[in-house]
Amino acid sequence: MDKTKSDKKKSNSIGVVETQYYTFAEPGREHKFESGDNLGPITLAYETYGKLNKDKSNAILALHALSGDAHAAGVHKGQDDPGWWDNMIGPGKAFDTNRYFIICSNVIGGCKGSTGPSSINPATGKPYALDFPFITVADMVHAQRHLIDFLGIGKLLCVAGASMGGMQVLQWVASYPERVRSAIPIATALKHSPQQIAFNEVVRQSIMADPAWREGNYYEYGQPEKGLSVARMIGHITFMSDQSMEEKFSRRLKNDKFSFGFDADFEVEGYLRYRGANFVKRFDANSYLYITKAIDYFDLSGGKLIPHGKNIDTRFLIISFKSDWLYPSHQSQEIVRALKRRHVDATYCELTSSYGHDAFLIEVDEQTTLIKHFLDKTFNGYLVTGNYGI
Amino acid sequence: MESNRINLDHRIIYSIIESDSRVLDLGCGEGELLYPLVRDKRIRAQGIELNDKAIQECVKKGLSVFQDDIENSLREYPDNSFDYVILNQSMQEVKKVDCVIQEALRIGNKVVVGFPNFAYIKSRLMLFFKGKSPITGSLPYLWFDTPNVRFLSITDFKNFCASKNIQIVETHYIGKKAIVRHFPNLFALNAIFVLTNNS
Repeated sequence: MDKTKSDKKKSNSIGVVETQYYTFAEPGREHKFESGDNLGPITLAYETYGKLNKDKSNAILALHALSGDAHAAGVHKGQDDPGWWDNMIGPGKAFDTNRYFIICSNVIGGCKGSTGPSSINPATGKPYALDFPFITVADMVHAQRHLIDFLGIGKLLCVAGASMGGMQVLQWVASYPERVRSAIPIATALKHSPQQIAFNEVVRQSIMADPAWREGNYYEYGQPEKGLSVARMIGHITFMSDQSMEEKFSRRLKNDKFSFGFDADFEVEGYLRYRGANFVKRFDANSYLYITKAIDYFDLSGGKLIPHGKNIDTRFLIISFKSDWLYPSHQSQEIVRALKRRHVDATYCELTSSYGHDAFLIEVDEQTTLIKHFLDKTFNGYLVTGNYGI
Repeated sequence: MESNRINLDHRIIYSIIESDSRVLDLGCGEGELLYPLVRDKRIRAQGIELNDKAIQECVKKGLSVFQDDIENSLREYPDNSFDYVILNQSMQEVKKVDCVIQEALRIGNKVVVGFPNFAYIKSRLMLFFKGKSPITGSLPYLWFDTPNVRFLSITDFKNFCASKNIQIVETHYIGKKAIVRHFPNLFALNAIFVLTNNS
């Protein structure tokens, strides 16, 4: 039984994939950031799945969330870990690699192969650390545009992503509407709210309060593990819901009785500690600071999503989740209202889920139905497949 | 019989809507009305619907739909955003009917309203002779299990339009199997009104 299941899973996977790298903004052509700072060269790590068709009309850009990377689907050679959106990208899946060419790149400022604070500054031979320019979501998108140019794609069939990935989706429409046929922002917001900024500030303070952070110059000594793990623990609380935590942990103890000490008595404590400890192995603390700041700066409210006087023909599919209190549905509805004012063709769906913000990674079936048909309509127009009466 | 009614009121509205127009369908269900209009008349369609399953069915048909309730869904639209706003079999489920109709008239050039007639002869007889809440082809629900919150007759609706200075452009009355031409408030199960703003 288990074997059939894993075989089935395998047959749905895109298989072995490889991360690629694209470098631009070579000396003399440095990239100008929204902050006014310049930087170059800049490398973006990216992966692609499926085949680009002849007229290059089937390209989809998948955009990752805060701690994501370019590895969205398939597996790397000799490794078991599937990409972060593997259940959505692959043959026959929501983003069907038999039909579409899917691109995912690590954001600028990240630490998974793209240029960020942990990258070596060619001028000094040392990591940039806090000399790295402050980044915004717009900077992430402008950098991706260089990659899309390099791949020779004029107009993307779709840009799609959740959470911070959804902000990039919205920024793509705001910056390059003529290059986006459709947009799928999931569990995201038009602007970061004070509550969201507040959580990010606590995240940053916990990193910076760790003496091991050393004003960002920790690379010779190792990560500020304590601060970064607490930062990630805060994150994981906000990704879940009251209900999903009750279902996953309730008040279950790790051992049978209370320790009457400050060990992790409850399963939920153990889970958070485990997640925090794991995170410091895979994510750079300075990148976490820079990227959370970029998200906090994000604000496309007040008509900035679609510049005044501009008509766009980008279609939208907006998805939110009922139990998501980090990016609550009313923020997705604010996007909907902005689109209504400008007569943009759009669909909005609030999916029922108890998983909180994490739902975008977990609720595969309903998202698949929506995304599959939405892409089909965008790509092919109407298909008269049945008789619906009259 | 039920499917006859669906077919007949959908057919009437289908014939009212002109090709290439912009249409907003409030309470669009699974898109049974919008889909053929998009397919055959190339309308630019937007649906509003609350039901989870219905939304998925709309998306499967390639329709654009917002998950929202009707009363909250209209405010953001600029004036004259649509050629037609359809409220078919959904007005009676809305609490603030007056607001919704006024908003629909603001954002649409014409508003198509379809509703069940509470003064249908069978309703009257049930109430008068049996002393029971009416159950008819167009009002099939038991009193404790109905989505309807407003019960009105054709005469009620005409009076409402007159009092609000709303112009009635067209009326269609539907009986059990066919169009009703005489005494619609007595013999029609359903009515379809096309409204426009006088101002």
